[in-house]
Amino acid sequence: MALLEVKNITKSFGKTEVLKGIDFSLEQGKVLSIIGSSGSGKTTLLRCLNFLESPDTGTISINGKTIYNAEQHKKIKDDELRSMRLHFGLVFQSFNLFPQYNVIENITLAPKLRLEEEKLSAAQKKARIDEINENAWALLKKIDLTEKAKSYPCELSGGQQQRVAIARALALSPDILCFDEPTSALDPELTGEVLRVIRELKDSNCTMIVVTHEMEFAKNISDEVIFMANGVIEEQGTPEDVFDNPKSPLTQSFLSKSLESF
Amino acid sequence: MGFWEVTLSLLEGLEQTCLIFALTLVLALPLGLVISFASMSKFKPLAYITKVFVWIIRGVPLMLQVIIVFYVPGFLLGTPLFSRFASVIAAFVINYACYFSEIYRGGIESISKGQYEAGQVLGMTKSQIFFKIVLKQVVKRILPPISNEVITLVKDTALARVIMIVEIIQAAQNYAAYGFMWPLFYTAVFYLIFVGILTLLFGYFEKKLDYFKA
Ligand SMILES: Nc1ncnc2c1ncn2[C@@H]1O[C@H](COP(=O)(O)OP(=O)(O)O)[C@@H](O)[C@H]1O
Ligand SMILES: [Mg+2]
Repeated sequence: MALLEVKNITKSFGKTEVLKGIDFSLEQGKVLSIIGSSGSGKTTLLRCLNFLESPDTGTISINGKTIYNAEQHKKIKDDELRSMRLHFGLVFQSFNLFPQYNVIENITLAPKLRLEEEKLSAAQKKARIDEINENAWALLKKIDLTEKAKSYPCELSGGQQQRVAIARALALSPDILCFDEPTSALDPELTGEVLRVIRELKDSNCTMIVVTHEMEFAKNISDEVIFMANGVIEEQGTPEDVFDNPKSPLTQSFLSKSLESF
Repeated sequence: MGFWEVTLSLLEGLEQTCLIFALTLVLALPLGLVISFASMSKFKPLAYITKVFVWIIRGVPLMLQVIIVFYVPGFLLGTPLFSRFASVIAAFVINYACYFSEIYRGGIESISKGQYEAGQVLGMTKSQIFFKIVLKQVVKRILPPISNEVITLVKDTALARVIMIVEIIQAAQNYAAYGFMWPLFYTAVFYLIFVGILTLLFGYFEKKLDYFKA
């Protein structure tokens, strides 16, 4: 059974139909890349998966259990929405770290706030806080920023900030981690360190959806590639299928344009 | 007319000045937050009414508002509703709350959508996002305009004398009636010390929040 199953997701803003029926599924531990020209609906799709937007139609299932069904979710309660969101993590193009917290606090803030909502004895609570802290330090080691634990976001480079944002998302152990053009806001010499972290996550079996303009990276890291155009999945397949033998003329022209820019 | 005698009676006036200042701040700072939320409400009629209200309060001189609060209920009801002091506080609190509300609104609206969304995807509640993420960034941004308003408030307290509150300027003017002008100029010293302390205080707070950029 697929870990994630997305069926017939549509989304309109006013009269503009941005997503026109998106279907795909993703196995545990696999990486899905989404490519496509700007305005094709990639960000909107990720935002739907993270429930920053609510899809107009369609269903989203995790491990066979439907967590979102547009028919039944006209009015979702805030608490319900929050637990739905925890299935997914999202790394933004612009990092969005919390500026007033240092690196380690950025990573532990959300888990600690969740802890406060639980009714626990003082001893249990202390054990859980230790656990959260330990996990945060382990993540920090993973992104190779241990020495920056007490630095504030304004003291970090863009690449370092994005790595912290990845660790922050991982701290809640989402089932699926989504990236929205994680390197687009970075200077070219800083993209490598972020892509390296994503690659390491793949090696540790993390399930990911990556929207990216880094074609070489997408080709290398993906198990599955989706090419989106005008709110639909125009082409879908293995990296070899999509990059080396694209069938759709739209895919072909998009790829040749992307290659020109190199 | 002894220097110490004058100083003592100016200090009595200063007590009124400080009282108006402190009460106005303590009440107007939170009320301003309520008004700013109302003006940003998704319920449009509320936002609209609040904006008209803020326009009126900011559009009419504070001195006139003090007079209105004190005299108008008396004209309408036959007996004054508020004491002189209560009238001053009511007028000042409403007036300053409106100014503060606009500063808050500007500060809150200047926080990027990305901060809210980052909190949302991390499963935080709306109040967690506001209190744990947004608030401190807003405070950092609004501290300079708030300190401006607070310093203006120190000097606006002198308007209370239009309804015979003996604050420090009025205390000095009581001497002017006898031909002594110097107590009036002497009040400037008190204002300068007052504002000096506030300047240092706000400088300290701003420095406290210097450790991050937002
Ligand atoms: N909140 C919104 N309101 C109105 N239109 C939107 C909104 N968000 C996105 N759109 C529109 O949806 C289309 C797809 O946007 P987006 O999902 O950001 O594409 P991509 O990430 O592929 O560049 C664009 O035409 C954009 O203008
Ligand atoms: Mg986008």
